[in-house]
Amino acid sequence: MSGSNPYGQDSQHHVLSVLVQNRPGVLARVSALFARRGYNIFSLAVAPTEHPDYSRITIVVDLASAPLEQMTKQLFKLIDVVRISELDPRFSVERELIMVTVKATAEQRSQIVELTNIFEARILSVGIEALTVSLDGSPSAIDDFMKALHQYGIVESQRTGLVALPKLDRAAPSATSSATSSNATHSSQGKAR
Amino acid sequence: MKEKLTGAQALIRALEHENVDVIFGLPGGCILPAYDPLIESKIRHILVRHEQGAGHMAEGYAHVTGRPGVAMVTSGPAATNLVTPLCDAYMDSIPMVGITGQVPTAAIGTDAFQECDTVGITRSITKHNELVMSAQDLPMVVRQAFYIATTGRPGPTLIDIPKDVLQNEMDWYWPSDDEVRDSLPGYRPNVKGHTKMIQEAARMILAARQPVLYVGGGVLKARAAGVLRELAELTQIPVVTTLMARGAFPDSHPLCLGMPGMHGTATAVTAMQKADLLIALGSRFDDRVTGKVSGFAPDAKIIHVDIDPAEQGKVRRPDVPIVGDCRLVIEEMLKAINDLLQSGETQADVGPWRSRVSGWREQFPLAYDQSEPGAALKPQFCLEKLRDGAPEGTIVVSGVGQHQMWTSQYWNFEEPYTWVNSGGLGTMGFAVPAAIGAKVGRPDKTVWAVDGDGCFQMTAQELVTASLERIPVKIAILNNSYLGMVRQWQEMFYGERFSEVNLSGTLPDFVKWAEAMGCVGIRVDDSQEVESAIDKANSINDRPVVVDFRVAEDEKVFPMVPSGKSNDDILLHHSQDSRREFLR
Repeated sequence: MSGSNPYGQDSQHHVLSVLVQNRPGVLARVSALFARRGYNIFSLAVAPTEHPDYSRITIVVDLASAPLEQMTKQLFKLIDVVRISELDPRFSVERELIMVTVKATAEQRSQIVELTNIFEARILSVGIEALTVSLDGSPSAIDDFMKALHQYGIVESQRTGLVALPKLDRAAPSATSSATSSNATHSSQGKAR
Repeated sequence: MKEKLTGAQALIRALEHENVDVIFGLPGGCILPAYDPLIESKIRHILVRHEQGAGHMAEGYAHVTGRPGVAMVTSGPAATNLVTPLCDAYMDSIPMVGITGQVPTAAIGTDAFQECDTVGITRSITKHNELVMSAQDLPMVVRQAFYIATTGRPGPTLIDIPKDVLQNEMDWYWPSDDEVRDSLPGYRPNVKGHTKMIQEAARMILAARQPVLYVGGGVLKARAAGVLRELAELTQIPVVTTLMARGAFPDSHPLCLGMPGMHGTATAVTAMQKADLLIALGSRFDDRVTGKVSGFAPDAKIIHVDIDPAEQGKVRRPDVPIVGDCRLVIEEMLKAINDLLQSGETQADVGPWRSRVSGWREQFPLAYDQSEPGAALKPQFCLEKLRDGAPEGTIVVSGVGQHQMWTSQYWNFEEPYTWVNSGGLGTMGFAVPAAIGAKVGRPDKTVWAVDGDGCFQMTAQELVTASLERIPVKIAILNNSYLGMVRQWQEMFYGERFSEVNLSGTLPDFVKWAEAMGCVGIRVDDSQEVESAIDKANSINDRPVVVDFRVAEDEKVFPMVPSGKSNDDILLHHSQDSRREFLR
């Protein structure tokens, strides 16, 4: 994985995994709060969780726009927000998905297929003069893939927001410091501390 | 078998179950079904003249009773008219429940007549809001709205109800406390402060040599005035009460320094600047208090008690953050301090600090120039007379501007919940309807609204409501025929270039206007007439009274910390300029 920051050299990103009640308007509440308080979002992904009453919103936030602590505290004031996990990129596994339609003349096609194999991407659709491929991976791997495809001509692309989960603890259970402990969690219980 | 009710019947019954005794409102198309069962209900309804009035009345009621005020209006323009009061209540943490009608569910999103996206519009100015899509949900939504509005950091909630939801049938039920709590898994306000933090705070309080108790509206919300007084008297620490906390600590108390901030007393402002410890209790480091943040109380350590975790570190990073209810936290703090004292710890000597503060208070009392004989009345003079003539326990309400600052400065607040004003949002026109709501909440008390001529013209129509509903409020207009605070800024900071600030000294005729609305109207031009007019107003208890005090147009509010400046740059009344060095 390359060390480059996919969100720009000067930016400092952080991932908030926000568990919300699965109710109408909840995404609007979250996004309106970010807009109202001037917090920048790099990407946002929403989907139901394993529990039908809850959805998870994964937000990549720009720490240059506001302190993380204020963001989580203000978010937590929303009644529908049940739990917020701060996922430090160093202690998380992060994935994004991209779909790209790239120009592919007959002579270029084999080069693109080769790149697709190198990046472990998949070919989704084959046209006469174009290919649609998809890749899931870390944001920086997706950036690298896009750079490699760029010379052939990108027709269109669609990138999902980031989703993330804490890295699992590989140390023995007795170990006092675990990787996941670096990811602070604010839950209703946490509130009651 | 379960009882069948319409949504409208369920709504009214739910409000009765929440012990609502009064609704401020105005019916219209979509909310009509809810007004039908209201006829049989024991809940009083006060028919306003403008929906904004209903909202501010609900706020005034909540300010003085501590119970949530309820405003009920229809959809569309009525809902948008409720926006200002909701935002006002949000900024000042006032418990309030707004109920709006909405177009029928099938019409939502079609730009139907009187449709607007009420929950969308009010999302950022309510603590929570809800569009009810089924009559069956109504009891739970009402319970949630009241629970959320009154717990944690109080605030406004809004229930938006489509017309068909009010008309449809439902099986009546009343959710238990546990059911309400379980339905809100993301809402667990923390009221009990962290024990270790409270102990740390107690140690800091005993060690401080120049401490100040910086008391905000949260102390009133938490009903903590009693324990605050215990804390101040035990530790002999001086107290400043912010605009939202006037009355939380008696102004006559030797430890009270009055209001801090942009128009605070020089003593309160300076004591905070020179403090080595600020004990912030339910206050939020508002820009009107801090002045330029980087220059605010530069040497002070901060203990910050607030029930809203997001207030901790929002403006100033606290050394000891304590998330909790002010009353519970102060009680624990008292225990912790007493424990330390009993275990042999001693408090640092705050005597020198107290005498320094007393020196400031002697040197820098509130000051204004008395008017020359025959010259225009001074607004401060009118306020002093009003204050001295007011029956004990009078509730005073104000609008926003110069008159508000003078009222906060010149009134003597001795009891909590006797001061009602719009602090955070600064809503002109707040006074008349808020005073009506306050009088409805506390009919046993005299309610004086001090208003400006600009403010009065924004919401005066509610005096018709007051006359018809027999709510005898008293309104003192400090009429300088200007938007006074704007005029002050244009004079001081825009080189006396007065732009669109003169409201006319001739129109309207406030006495005639008052009479047309069923009130007694009195005009006062001369200082000789002030006391008799106030006596007359105080003697009338069967209808509202409006006293039009014609005051000097160029009077300015001092002290003043100019916007964006540090509190060290406080501007004093000219008579005190020569003593400025004493503030060092």
